[in-house]
Amino acid sequence: MSALLRTEGICKAFGGVQALEDCTIDVTAGSITGLIGPNGSGKTTLFNVITGYDRPDAGEVWYAGAKITGSSPQRVFAAGIGRTFQLTRIFPRLTVLENMIVAAQHGGGGRRWVPGPHGGGLRQVDSAERDNGDGSAAPRVRNPFARAGGPADRRRAMELLEFTGIAGHAGKLAGTLSYGQRKLLELSYVLVADPAIVLLDEPAGGVNPSLINQLAARIKQLNADGKTFLIVEHNMEFVMDLCHQIAVLDSGSVVASGPPSEVRNDPRVLDAYLGTAEDDDEQAS
Amino acid sequence: MRALSPRGAFPVIALAAAVVFPLVFTNQSVNSVAFQTLIFVVAASAWNLFSGFSGYIALGHAVFFGTAAYAAGLAAEHLQITGGAEFALLPLGAAAAAVVAVPFGLIALRVRRHTFVVITIAIFFIFQLAASDLNSITNGTSGLNAPFLLWDPITFDQRFFYFALAAAVATIALVWLIKGSRFGLQLRAIRDDEDRAASLGVRAMPVKLTAFVISGAITGLAGVLWFFFIGQVQPSTGFDPLFDLTIALMAFLGGLGTVSGPVLGALIIAPAQQYLTITFSNSYLSQILLGALFLAVVLFVPRGLIPTVADRGSDWLERRRSSRAGRDVDVEMPASAREPA
Repeated sequence: MSALLRTEGICKAFGGVQALEDCTIDVTAGSITGLIGPNGSGKTTLFNVITGYDRPDAGEVWYAGAKITGSSPQRVFAAGIGRTFQLTRIFPRLTVLENMIVAAQHGGGGRRWVPGPHGGGLRQVDSAERDNGDGSAAPRVRNPFARAGGPADRRRAMELLEFTGIAGHAGKLAGTLSYGQRKLLELSYVLVADPAIVLLDEPAGGVNPSLINQLAARIKQLNADGKTFLIVEHNMEFVMDLCHQIAVLDSGSVVASGPPSEVRNDPRVLDAYLGTAEDDDEQAS
Repeated sequence: MRALSPRGAFPVIALAAAVVFPLVFTNQSVNSVAFQTLIFVVAASAWNLFSGFSGYIALGHAVFFGTAAYAAGLAAEHLQITGGAEFALLPLGAAAAAVVAVPFGLIALRVRRHTFVVITIAIFFIFQLAASDLNSITNGTSGLNAPFLLWDPITFDQRFFYFALAAAVATIALVWLIKGSRFGLQLRAIRDDEDRAASLGVRAMPVKLTAFVISGAITGLAGVLWFFFIGQVQPSTGFDPLFDLTIALMAFLGGLGTVSGPVLGALIIAPAQQYLTITFSNSYLSQILLGALFLAVVLFVPRGLIPTVADRGSDWLERRRSSRAGRDVDVEMPASAREPA
């Protein structure tokens, strides 16, 4: 299987702190890949580099055969890489449904970025080349007063909210949702744009166990439908249960990678987490 | 036909009341106050259209007000337009404000929050200074005169009242349309988290700038109407720092980012200000009270009257509804979740 997303030798320093050092990971198309590592090992920084929020000092990011290093977050998102944040970033004073519709508007002028031909960067395509969702044929000049979200957008938004289980809150202001519900909302609205790969930053952090199970079931279902996931998570049970592949980050570099069964017993992983190689794996898991 | 809900009926009743107002109150000075109040309804709504929806608090909208008034005055002077023909200059004034709003927005909208506020104030003072110091163009501190209107003094105020009412209705309708539109949603997403909105494909700069220009053009329209009514404009009245604060306070008092909030704010503050100024024949007292009111709003009703009252009301309805047994409350979305109009 081919790598849908690949980072090669990423280096990133903040002041004197080397957050990432020669960091190389592969995310196979159709997989659920876990990214674990102790606090400060560079997981979120790697997410930021991939999604365009941080520019790497060295190294390259490849997505579907295109080099996307240094592309803006908007382009990366429009190209098909969806992302959630550790501290969820939703629009608190918009309703849940409005949050969904904002995400359905991507492209602004009806444009979209796609991976270019092999080796190229991101290429801009016109709306004519893609399904706009609202059936508009020539959206070059849109009616500026058109109600936000056409019927198709709303239907799709509601379907996704049903899917993640928060459709009952569609009319509520997003700021009134619980922490776990916000995570589900953020996942829902990232899915609106139908990304090929979804990067989840600690989806289970601070979420109650029943919501965690719900979340895991949804991720599995989406993955069965062909979506690729890259997940940063501290909840080992969640990661080990869900992921096909796991990469372990320590001090900005990948120290181990492989299927959960291997990584679980890898002495380097125990070392990274516990500082010694002698402890038994009970503590690591 | 569906019966109008109380929410839907209110604007209709308010408009009907406004239409008959000058017919009932024929006193000239009352109509004069009413006209100036409507000018503030327009200006506060226009301000809210940009600042309320986007969260960028602009304190330089007098730039548009004054620029439009000066543009209309200069055009009337150079094109020798007289009498009622001056109203043909309304679009010109609005256009002049819009033209100024583009570079103003391109500079100021690169920064956020406090820095943005400071930059708008700085740009405002540049314009005020230019108006008083570019003598050859602006006629310095003596300002410009509007073409003289040979209208019957008895109907003069009334006519202006209806002009301002039309502008107010159009502005409120526009704000309402924008709020529910895709464009309005993008603005409100920018208000909540601009970077996140941008990463979801909202093109923040064009969206913000468009709102700023529309807002500026409408403020300019209000400026020209006011100029024709008063008959003259000076740097201190066209470019008045108090104007910046007043329209912001009106929107804050009524409810930032709501359609009806700035209207309510203007209807409360503008007549009070006029009344105090006329009664005590100077504006100091109204200015002091304005400052005190600003403090009170920020401390006690930071979200504004409309959202606060709407929440209280819907909480009360909620309690009443849920106390009724055997009814499934979850079917309908809770009223408290809805944003007030």
